[in-house]
Amino acid sequence: MGLLSSRISITRYKVSGQLDGSVHETVYQKLKQHAMPKIEEDGSEAIVGWTSFENPYAPNFEGYSFVFGAYMVFAMRIDKKSIPPKLIQKHYALEIAKHLADTGRHFLSGNKKKAVKEHVVNTLNRRIPATPNVYDLAWHYQEASLWFFSNLKSANEAFETFFIKSFGLQLIRLFPYTTADLIAGLSSGERDLLLKLAPSQSEE
Amino acid sequence: MLDIAVAYNRYKFLGNEFLTWLWFMIETDQNRLHRYDPDLVALNIGSRLVLENTRNNAKETITIKGEDANLEEGLLSLKKGAVVTEIHLSYKSGAQHWQFSLKGESLNISNLKMPETGPVETPEDLEGAVIEKAYLMKKVIGLVNNLFSHFVKLRVSDEWRNQTVSRIRKWASS
Repeated sequence: MGLLSSRISITRYKVSGQLDGSVHETVYQKLKQHAMPKIEEDGSEAIVGWTSFENPYAPNFEGYSFVFGAYMVFAMRIDKKSIPPKLIQKHYALEIAKHLADTGRHFLSGNKKKAVKEHVVNTLNRRIPATPNVYDLAWHYQEASLWFFSNLKSANEAFETFFIKSFGLQLIRLFPYTTADLIAGLSSGERDLLLKLAPSQSEE
Repeated sequence: MLDIAVAYNRYKFLGNEFLTWLWFMIETDQNRLHRYDPDLVALNIGSRLVLENTRNNAKETITIKGEDANLEEGLLSLKKGAVVTEIHLSYKSGAQHWQFSLKGESLNISNLKMPETGPVETPEDLEGAVIEKAYLMKKVIGLVNNLFSHFVKLRVSDEWRNQTVSRIRKWASS
């Protein structure tokens, strides 16, 4: 889901905490450190990394290219490999047959079968290309607000974890309670009432 | 502040009541909406409204779709104790027009269609386009925050219990 798409989904966050030193330089260093690797060298099922908003398949943050006015705009990319279960089943059966033939045995132990399955999954993971998913975000540091352009639960959860890991800052998702508590400008008395609030139907 | 996961589930009702109140306000008190947002030209129900009734230990979902759809069935559901869980809105401010969906439990914005912006043909166009899009998004997010803030202040006040609930019931029954 992209910032420049014709239809956009937005999940809103409040960013808690501050970065040390120059904001743009710190963000640049962290983006570089946690950028999406250019080569898919391992057998991991999923890889998460930061990438450029304007060119998500060749991350480049040089010259603070992620700065657009008051916003820092970049993207999280998740490259995920998805192996069809039937393909695993086929290669697993072939591998088991090969092991039995090689050893002259009639059966394999549970542990051995587990090891064979892991080997098959790892081998297939190396051979199958990952599917990239790119999620843009816009971060207004001064206002401590961040918009993540997806409402997908799995993408938001991955983003929250990866953002904290990368920048050491907490994200507070803005839903009814947090919006009421952090945005609505309630007095302390109104905040106390908010804590005691129950659905109107049950108050009848 | 409450634990986030607990707060999300405990206060889903607040977002649903907000959308229910918003529908009521759109239908009955546009003047007050204009006072809340001086730039507002029009705020109307768009092409989708979802209601949910969880009374009597059963969950009933009513979805009304289509441009200029008849919302009477929604009013009937409200009368039976349903709340709005999702609303599609059409928002006009100045000469610009936005359409978007708002979900009660999360206040997430989806399907946001913004006013037309200039084409991005060169790398130099990109910065202007991003800043313009961000400005247009901020208008919608500002509207939602503004309306929700007014609602929450009303919701924790005596006015809600003493006047607003009965006004909403009266409207749903009219």
